[in-house]
Amino acid sequence: MRKTLNNRAWLMVAPVMIVVLFSALLPVMTVVNYSVQDAMAENHFFWNGDSWFRELLDPSTEIGSRFSGALERNLIFSFVVLLIEVPLGVALSLTLPRRGWAVGPSLVLIALPMLIPWNVVGTMWQIFARADIGLFGATLTGLGLHYNDTQDPVSAWFTILLIDVWHWTPLVILLSYAGLRAIPDAFYQAARIDAARRWSVFINIELPKLQRVLVLAILLRFMQSFMIYTEPFVVTGGGPGNATTFLSIDLVKIALGQVDLGSAAAMSLVYYLITITLCWIFFTAMTQLDLLKEA
Amino acid sequence: MARIDLVDLAHSYGGRDAPEESFALKPVTMTWRQGGAYALLGPSGCGKTTLLNLISGIVAPTHGKILFDGVDITQQSTEKRNIAQVFQFPVIYDTMTVGQNLAFPLKNRRVPKPEIEKRVAEIARLLDLTPDLNRRATRMTADAKQKISLGRGLVRPDVAAVLFDEPLTVIDPELKWQLRSKLKALHRDLDLTMIYVTHDQTEALTFADTVVVMHDGRVVQSGTPAELFEKPAHTFVGYFIGSPGMNIVPAEVKGREARIDGHVIALNRSYDTLPAGAKIEIGVRPEFVELVPPAPGLLSTNIERIDDLGRVRFARVRIGDTKLAARVPSGFSSSDSTAALKFDPAHIHVYADSRLVEGAA
Amino acid sequence: MSVSLDHVTRDIDGVPAIRDVSLTLDRGTLSVLLGPTLSGKTSIMRLLAGLDKPTTGRVLVDGKDVTGLDVRRRSVAMVYQQFINYPSLTVYENIASPLRVQRKPKAEIEKRVAEAARLLRLEPYLKRTPLQLSGGQQQRTAIARALVKGADLVLLDEPLANLDYKLREELRAELPRIFEASGAIFVYATTEPTEALLLGGNTICMWEGQVLQVGNTSGVYRHPETMRVAQVFSDPPLNIVGIEKKNGSVQYAGGISAPASGLYAGLADGAYRVGFRAHQLEIANGQAGRHAFAATVTVTEITGSESFVHLHRDASNWVAVLHGVHEFEPGQQLDAVLDPDNVFVFDAADRLVASPGSA
Repeated sequence: MRKTLNNRAWLMVAPVMIVVLFSALLPVMTVVNYSVQDAMAENHFFWNGDSWFRELLDPSTEIGSRFSGALERNLIFSFVVLLIEVPLGVALSLTLPRRGWAVGPSLVLIALPMLIPWNVVGTMWQIFARADIGLFGATLTGLGLHYNDTQDPVSAWFTILLIDVWHWTPLVILLSYAGLRAIPDAFYQAARIDAARRWSVFINIELPKLQRVLVLAILLRFMQSFMIYTEPFVVTGGGPGNATTFLSIDLVKIALGQVDLGSAAAMSLVYYLITITLCWIFFTAMTQLDLLKEA
Repeated sequence: MARIDLVDLAHSYGGRDAPEESFALKPVTMTWRQGGAYALLGPSGCGKTTLLNLISGIVAPTHGKILFDGVDITQQSTEKRNIAQVFQFPVIYDTMTVGQNLAFPLKNRRVPKPEIEKRVAEIARLLDLTPDLNRRATRMTADAKQKISLGRGLVRPDVAAVLFDEPLTVIDPELKWQLRSKLKALHRDLDLTMIYVTHDQTEALTFADTVVVMHDGRVVQSGTPAELFEKPAHTFVGYFIGSPGMNIVPAEVKGREARIDGHVIALNRSYDTLPAGAKIEIGVRPEFVELVPPAPGLLSTNIERIDDLGRVRFARVRIGDTKLAARVPSGFSSSDSTAALKFDPAHIHVYADSRLVEGAA
Repeated sequence: MSVSLDHVTRDIDGVPAIRDVSLTLDRGTLSVLLGPTLSGKTSIMRLLAGLDKPTTGRVLVDGKDVTGLDVRRRSVAMVYQQFINYPSLTVYENIASPLRVQRKPKAEIEKRVAEAARLLRLEPYLKRTPLQLSGGQQQRTAIARALVKGADLVLLDEPLANLDYKLREELRAELPRIFEASGAIFVYATTEPTEALLLGGNTICMWEGQVLQVGNTSGVYRHPETMRVAQVFSDPPLNIVGIEKKNGSVQYAGGISAPASGLYAGLADGAYRVGFRAHQLEIANGQAGRHAFAATVTVTEITGSESFVHLHRDASNWVAVLHGVHEFEPGQQLDAVLDPDNVFVFDAADRLVASPGSA
């Protein structure tokens, strides 16, 4: 006996639906279409079935090895990023003032790196990290360290990681700060009465109460870092060699550089599915954790 | 165990030089004996939480001193004060079991392990937590969590006073009275000074031997529940304690008589020297004002409403501009809403400027 | 105008929350939904309002079936336990908001808001925002907003539960006056029998999704049809003792025997359960009557005007109430006395067979 409410409201949503259809659904369908075709020059398509997919997932083929290599790099990158940014973000959030006039300005300052357009970030750091004239690059080489982000894979990775940490740790800091602010004063008072030391307060009060916020931060940072494109593209172009060629960069090379639309389409679909699956795993883990806690 | 002395203690959140009228706690000097059970009772904003925070050391007072057993601890930090506090909502450490929670304060003070185990077992037994010692503290019910909070305070053998800040707020009504009885039993067994802040008169009057009634930052009266009920020192106490509250009626009082609306009511005591120009009122509890059929010589009134509470009936009546409540004896009924009031002289009090005046016998 | 529920049931997640309830509420009446938490009071209110649809059964207004009708089309107002006000609007604007939605002319809005403010004694606070008010004032604002709409049905779901006991007392004293002045159908949900008694009107006694008894409040209080109704309508909890009547005398569970006088006289032989409220139990020290029970004090609860003495007797817990402040030591022995003319007797099927004044 459930009658829906005012059905006319759906008409209001129609314009949005049409826009979404054109900007999202149709392009995706096109990609799916391409992924099962072999595109030769303009508009000559031959049915290719699932052969792109098979090639992609077979590391012995050329495209397969590129794919598995890039995937490996993405996973390592995301893992290291999380390893650095999450503890660093939490630690820094503990130092932010929680009361008084300094709160506003501190938060704004912390948030600044996130507000810069991504390719500007890339360009900034590209110059900044140049071994010859960049402030950062020159200082490091001046100190005697072997640093050259365009020629040395280690330096390139180091630079890309540094950029990401600089750019996105503020997100973790702000989320963590919000979580800390939500802890009622009574917990800190009780800890004082119990003569608990600062470290103990962190482990026993702050960290457990930050759990939900941290899972969110990890999820967000993982998703974003797994899809990284702009910064490495601008700073290292995927180089030296393919040291910093991530999935997204490779994808663009194949699709636009080689105009190999078929395999690019297949690759993008697989990339998308991997991202979605990993996020789904995360999300399920998050909600299961919640349910277990409630039990 | 400690005797707590408050010496001219006052606090203003606006700093030392703020005008006294704006103080959150106006100057108070009191002694709380060791092992007593005290309740700080009053409506929101009356200063009871401020006073509690001053005693626990979370807030340092702008004026005055606090002494524990004669020692001035006004500037001492919370950790050194040997007090325990139970908050409005349960404060437990999520990562630990019940037993670890109870052991925590002793671990931090580097008490040797066998001693910790002994104390934890003893306190768990007192609080009926023994079967749950190995359970995760987060899995327990709200009232068990409050007991754990309390246990963390009791586990320290040198704890001087236990402070409670409206601890039953989140407890289910059916369990409230269980926890209340437990607190009372504990107080008896452990001979600790316990200070309990609440706005609920039942909690205060049931728990404490001495209730400190506060209003607008001031201590209005401090006494046993019976004293507060039978002889309120201030009209606020009369109104606040008891349900329904005391009737406060403006009157002219001279000698052994009070005059309301031209009518004379006999008093038990003689009041000859009332301060001139003061606002004179008499206070009498509704239980001691009886509604009777209209009769000459008795103060007549109109009945606005009769409330039937099952075990007793109260009538809401009016004399001039003042509203009163009066007890309606069983069997009374009025066809035309008129009635008269019979006052019991033994329970009439006289107030000048809201303060009780002691009459001569 | 009348509102009815016709054999309404409601299942939530497969669990029956309301089982076969039929009620009729008439214009100008106040009905109190009395029952413990989770007895279905809020569910019934939501069904009356149209916020939820019944799984089976119909909701009727003036005989017309409005079961599918959305709440926005019905003439309903609701007040909740948490003081729900628009935090950024002044008290005046809060009260005026339903009228603005209805696009009433300015003059009418001013008049009706002024009237509601006068009724709820909010005139000095009209320019403040809800956060600048005390709890009692915030709840009054919510009530004023509910009344100003002139809705035919006003629902109040435990509106005083979050207030200090003194504020609760004050607001409760004013509600009957406010209800009478309005003339709408009022439904007030509460868990406290005292509130039901103070408000008067009719009481709908609920338990686990079912309506146990409906009637004039005083009537339901004095003549609870079943033991369950007596239990719902007692605070402190109803004291119960089993008896066996045989050959002109009664034997109480636990061994006390007495002649079958008072209300017991008219009963047929058999087993019954006797229920008595706290004020029907007397404390005697020494001079005990025939229906006297030796009991041990567990704790005394003092509320100021009254002292509740919790007793333990023969594996049961009883409560007695005394006027004023009385302190009994836990462990103290005393005698609790029943008056055979002042009890409720229920038969084996928990139906009322005798009550005070019925003999």
